Amino acid sequence: MTATLERPPVTPVPPATSRKRLRRNDSAGPLSYVLLGVTAFVFLVPFYYMIVAASRPMAEMNRTPPPLTPGPDLWSNIVKAIDSQDIGLALVNSTIVSGVITVSTVLLCTLAGFAFAKLRFRGRATLFAVALGTMMIPPSLGVVPLYALMANLGLAGELSSVILPSLVAAFGVFFMRQYLVQTLPDELLDAAKVDGATSLRTFVSIVLPIARPGMAVLAMLTFMTAWNDFFWPVITLNSSNPTVQVALNNLGSGYVPDTSVIMAGTLVGTLPVIVVFLLLGRQIVGGIIAGAVKG
Amino acid sequence: MRTPPGAGTPWRTRLFQVEERSAPYAYVAPFFLLFAAFGLFPLIYTAWISLHSYRLGSDMEWLGLDNYTWLLSNPEFYNALWKTFTIGVLSTVPQLALALGLAHLLNYRMRGRTFFRVSMIMPYATSVAAAALVFAQLFGRDAGAVNWLLGIVGVDAVDWRNGDWTAQVAISVIVIWRWTGYNALIYLAGMQSISQDLYEAAALDGASRWQQFRHVTLPGLRPTILFTIVVSTIGASQLFGEPLIFGGGKPDGGALGQYQTLGLFMYQQGWTYGSLGRAATVAWVTFLLIIVLVLVNTRLAKRRAPK
Repeated sequence: MTATLERPPVTPVPPATSRKRLRRNDSAGPLSYVLLGVTAFVFLVPFYYMIVAASRPMAEMNRTPPPLTPGPDLWSNIVKAIDSQDIGLALVNSTIVSGVITVSTVLLCTLAGFAFAKLRFRGRATLFAVALGTMMIPPSLGVVPLYALMANLGLAGELSSVILPSLVAAFGVFFMRQYLVQTLPDELLDAAKVDGATSLRTFVSIVLPIARPGMAVLAMLTFMTAWNDFFWPVITLNSSNPTVQVALNNLGSGYVPDTSVIMAGTLVGTLPVIVVFLLLGRQIVGGIIAGAVKG
Repeated sequence: MRTPPGAGTPWRTRLFQVEERSAPYAYVAPFFLLFAAFGLFPLIYTAWISLHSYRLGSDMEWLGLDNYTWLLSNPEFYNALWKTFTIGVLSTVPQLALALGLAHLLNYRMRGRTFFRVSMIMPYATSVAAAALVFAQLFGRDAGAVNWLLGIVGVDAVDWRNGDWTAQVAISVIVIWRWTGYNALIYLAGMQSISQDLYEAAALDGASRWQQFRHVTLPGLRPTILFTIVVSTIGASQLFGEPLIFGGGKPDGGALGQYQTLGLFMYQQGWTYGSLGRAATVAWVTFLLIIVLVLVNTRLAKRRAPK
């Protein structure tokens, strides 16, 4: 139930629209480059600042003007950050949490998406509408009983209390449904049926291979969201068993007033997602666009 | 005894039919079961808890509407409500306006398009915690880069955190930074689904680029814009991580509560003071406010639509 709101429901993406726009005068003028360049600069500067601050002693960051290039202390600051908040444990924890959530979400959403996309059953439209509606419920609304529930189950402070509520996401169901409506030909399913395959068999040997590119995009988005989740982990976990976000919160609020150490911790906690983004940015952007509402 | 080819034995056929009929429900069941357990049940139970005095480890004690009268006569609640509203407006309006402009630019054919798109969306990849920590440094009073830049233009150093509006502006900047690119991509997707014929017809009629934007793009984007308004409204009403970390992890939202949002207020009641019943009350009232706000916004956006 976490962060599903951040993403819009999925509606059809006509794949070929951007191709035939040659006749319109739609190439960018110099002003567009300037405006986009300035914006990109502003959007990327905080990352650069993070690196600069993380690689210098704090005394230097307190000078005016602040230094503008990276310094030599990155490693020692990272070590200090890891020592003060156990960022190492946090990284392991976040990897476990995000990994389990991603595998479960992608699998369960593909299953449900397949059913909603291609199988006929009574109440399908209603159930789908209900699933859509769940995206409008703010996740933070239920934290009080959820917290009590986890405490009663003895799970408060455990990673499972973070994992359980996020095992599946409405967004993923829509995303996979949409993907399969477009990419999975009915003929293949009919052929499988004629051959006597059960629907589970069909799912494993026909649907899964075809769904793989969509599942990959969903996996990236889910991993990012799970890695960055803040509200619920901060409530349910404590500093002895944190995820990265909980550790960063503690680092910022703790007794480490050292700016450079805080920035080093932030850098370490952000790096995994940044690396994923630099490698797969194009696909992620494409995935977000594909998941967007269309007019 | 022989069965006709391809038909299978009767019990196999029946099993096959049962499987085919029940499989779809089995496939969608995990989603609904998990949602019921961790989404719906907590939502409804929140309302029940809000009618009680409830501390972890002790029994719930029936209070009726006491929590609600406590809340509605509490000046701190109204402060949090007001701050949530002002920060919400300060962050949502510029964010969506900027996103619209950016999407328009990103929609042009240009060199380095992928680079621009990816760099716009990079902030979305950062966590609330990381973004808020970085901006808390940038907005520092004595050594913050923002004050340094202002100093170059001759503006005196601003005590961002301790000022009322300045703190709200700083928090809004964090929100705007993180979400503008994401919304721009959503708008871009909407723009790409607008029929090119409309643009061609407009161009034939001699419409300038600006006129095309106003009379073709904007109307075509209406549903998308409406959607982003609703989502941003919900997001703004739940603002939590940014003000928490900007304030050094304390939920009071500054010495005067100048940036204490409803989310922080709820957290403070439930987890600083241990009064989960009151926290549930805040959550439930927030939910009602969200519904009202979304309805009002939808109305307004529909009314302002041309024709």
